[in-house]
Amino acid sequence: MTSKSSSDKPVGVIGAGNFGTVIANILALNRNVLLYARNEELVRKISQTRENRGHSIHKNVTMTGSLEELAQSCDVIFPMVPSAHFREMMQKLSPFLHPYHILIHGTKGFDITLPKGESIESVKKLSRKEVKTMSEVIREESVVVRVGCLAGPNLAKELSQRQPGATVIASHFQEVIQTGKRLLRTERFQVYENSDLVGVEIAGVLKNIIAIASGALSGLGYGENAKGLLVSRGAVEMVYMGRALGGDTKAFLGVAGIGDLVTTCNSPMSRNFTVGYRLAKGEKLKDILEDMHEVAEGVNTIRIVKKCADYYNVRALITENLYKVLFEDLTVQEALDYLMRYPLNMDIDFL
Amino acid sequence: MEILEEKKNKNIGYEPILEGIPDWPVYQLSKNRKEFVEEVTQKAIEQIRLLRPSRKQLIDELEATVFREQNRLKRNRWRVDPRDEPRFWSHIKNELIELSNKTTEEATRKEEALLHEIVHRYANEIAGNFKPSRYRFVRAITKFWFVRLLNGARVKKFGAIFRNQYTLRDKIHIVGKVKMLRELAKKGTVVMVPTHFSNLDSILIGWIIHSLGLPAFIYGAGLNLFNISIFAYFMNSLGAYKVDRRKKNLPYLETLKMYSNLALQKGAHSIFFPGGTRSRSGLIEKQLKLGLLSTTVEAQRNLYLENGGTDTRKIFVVPVTLNYHFVLEAPDLIEDYLQVKGQDRYFPEQDKYGSFTLIKFLFKFFTKGSSISVSIGQGLDVMGNYVDDNGNSLDAHGRSINPREYFMTNGQVTADKQRENEYTRMLAAKIVSEYHRINRVFASHLVAFVAFEMWLRKYPKLDLFGFLRLPEEELEIPYEEFRATFKKVRKEIYRLKEKGKVYHATHLKGDADVVIRRGVDNVGIFHLKRPLLKNKKGNIVTQDLNVLYYYHNRLVGYDLEKLI
Repeated sequence: MTSKSSSDKPVGVIGAGNFGTVIANILALNRNVLLYARNEELVRKISQTRENRGHSIHKNVTMTGSLEELAQSCDVIFPMVPSAHFREMMQKLSPFLHPYHILIHGTKGFDITLPKGESIESVKKLSRKEVKTMSEVIREESVVVRVGCLAGPNLAKELSQRQPGATVIASHFQEVIQTGKRLLRTERFQVYENSDLVGVEIAGVLKNIIAIASGALSGLGYGENAKGLLVSRGAVEMVYMGRALGGDTKAFLGVAGIGDLVTTCNSPMSRNFTVGYRLAKGEKLKDILEDMHEVAEGVNTIRIVKKCADYYNVRALITENLYKVLFEDLTVQEALDYLMRYPLNMDIDFL
Repeated sequence: MEILEEKKNKNIGYEPILEGIPDWPVYQLSKNRKEFVEEVTQKAIEQIRLLRPSRKQLIDELEATVFREQNRLKRNRWRVDPRDEPRFWSHIKNELIELSNKTTEEATRKEEALLHEIVHRYANEIAGNFKPSRYRFVRAITKFWFVRLLNGARVKKFGAIFRNQYTLRDKIHIVGKVKMLRELAKKGTVVMVPTHFSNLDSILIGWIIHSLGLPAFIYGAGLNLFNISIFAYFMNSLGAYKVDRRKKNLPYLETLKMYSNLALQKGAHSIFFPGGTRSRSGLIEKQLKLGLLSTTVEAQRNLYLENGGTDTRKIFVVPVTLNYHFVLEAPDLIEDYLQVKGQDRYFPEQDKYGSFTLIKFLFKFFTKGSSISVSIGQGLDVMGNYVDDNGNSLDAHGRSINPREYFMTNGQVTADKQRENEYTRMLAAKIVSEYHRINRVFASHLVAFVAFEMWLRKYPKLDLFGFLRLPEEELEIPYEEFRATFKKVRKEIYRLKEKGKVYHATHLKGDADVVIRRGVDNVGIFHLKRPLLKNKKGNIVTQDLNVLYYYHNRLVGYDLEKLI
């Protein structure tokens, strides 16, 4: 371990959701951590009870409600907020950031900028001009260039139980990857490296779609054959879509792609999976979303990716049919029947 | 042929920002040339040793270098190459062979010596030789003759040759952030990065720098230019250093980069053509060569590293686009391009244009109109952030930032090669987008673009090469149809200008018939076969589709194709 004076600086985490809290706890094994929550009430509550969402908080974690304090005390910051609030958070944080900061985010969603008065459905087209990954949002909103992301099969619950797991840190900068590795790596947590930042980010986003589909298959009561079919065809769809959006094939075959996909498709704990499961049981999307505590990124992702698939002319069958189920009153069974009858030809044609 | 007069240009003259030549950084460099070459040699050797740490690696590298150099001597010798080259390289080769007979200690010492010998030779070859007396002379003579030519040719009366009614400034329009450029040159070190279309660019830039009152810049000029004696004379006197693109070996590349790096650190304003070579296709550069560009980032980091204070000298990058109606070499360039398209092969440098052709061209240029415009872009720091007139870096929201912090890890400035490579890539991307933004659309570019795209649309089944093979006689666009499309695309260019995405010359505005005529008359004006003409019926025709393709390419990258 290097013994530079400033490496005693705490590490910042933004967002005290499930994942943010768990990452803060992992970081706390190596360093002091400053954990930011937007809600003052929550900051006070966690400080007092030392507990959040069922996770007890490590003693090295200090709570804060001030982004300014966080940016001033920390050189390395991990933003862990849902994609819908990400840009807003960055705009608030940006005045306090300097070019020396390193930001490694763990948000698996897209940011979209639409003309006033338009919605995803009404807008004529969605392309990469409107759809941004979180690293691109960071670059647009702040002076920080040393940006990375964290992706992979990281179920908060298992991580907090210190079960073995892995993550991938992607960045154009070796410095960022090595910093992230040094901070996160424990004997129970393996960290892989990838230089295709956008590819890894997109892989993490797209897998949410397949996770919903997997939940739907489960909800219909189907077994492992069906799941194998879904995971493999889902991976192909991710590769095609990902390449159209600017990622490299390889990122989708790694920890952040296949790794994350298999995990989320098999985990009834995940939010996206739950959405699919309950849909298949006949519930309406509106009702499902109403009684979920945290955001299921996949629902928004489907809306965005469907529009992008139209624009880039990519055949994304799973996404399109899920879209119909979510927003156009197709039933899960009908969607499945359609997919099963579709005359697919090639198994793998992208390598 | 009648050519419509450009509006009289309002450019005014500029006072020099530094009084005497002895104050110029470039003069300081060449006064201490010997010491400087030695410093470059030492530091370049350090760098090479860092990249090739083990003995074996170093020997391999040296052997590879000798092999490549001897190969070059056999295959591709130029007039400028020194006569003693074959002797030098066979001497190095023999020494390398004898290494195996020596004890380790002796051999190690010998390797050091050989490396020093090679690097020192390269450094000496690269280093420029700026001479104030020559500079003054060249400056005076160019100015004198340009003005004579201009006046003699324009005003057809005996004695007109001694008038000063027209000056170069009427021919060459300098637009954009001129004042800022002058300010930045006082406050820090300026690296000018122009687009590169013609061999004349170097001379043009030299004249511009002088006429803006800036001290001489150092150039990285392609060694091939020194084959042409008239260029060699200009270059040598204007502080050019030599870049030989045939030499791709590690010792050479490191020496070259170190030369630029150290010169920048010593405050010598520099010019890079970051495209590396003239644009073969006529496209505005999209891929920049990162080697020399990376020296700006490295030099800036080193300045921060060695200077803890806040008043560290800053390096500013200023993108510049050169806009022509006519590029002398266009037919050959585009031929080259079409031949090797899709393959990243080596371009043989063919400079068919000797001194005489060039003088002939210059004469035509001055007598026949067809002006040039030079757009100076807003200054950038080495990270590609815009700077204000005082040289402060600004973020996207206009807040002031300290670029030193880009190089800091744990509160300290550090050197990180991989990081700086990434920074260089970011800078290159920014320069490319600035090129497109400050590019000035001429009527000639627009007519070429519209005509080519209209023809291309008519043959949707042909690929580009098939299309280019069509006999020119078959191609004709009815004037009315052409005019309508032209107006549509022109409107889009106005719109893009509103959004700050491109500029256009003032002559693009006004009556469409006049603008089209100006465009057609000027596009590739001196080529034997004209890329665009009007036939007797008044319709648009071409004599050379390849060259039309070349001029058309200037406007690729703005998504204008969809309007045709």
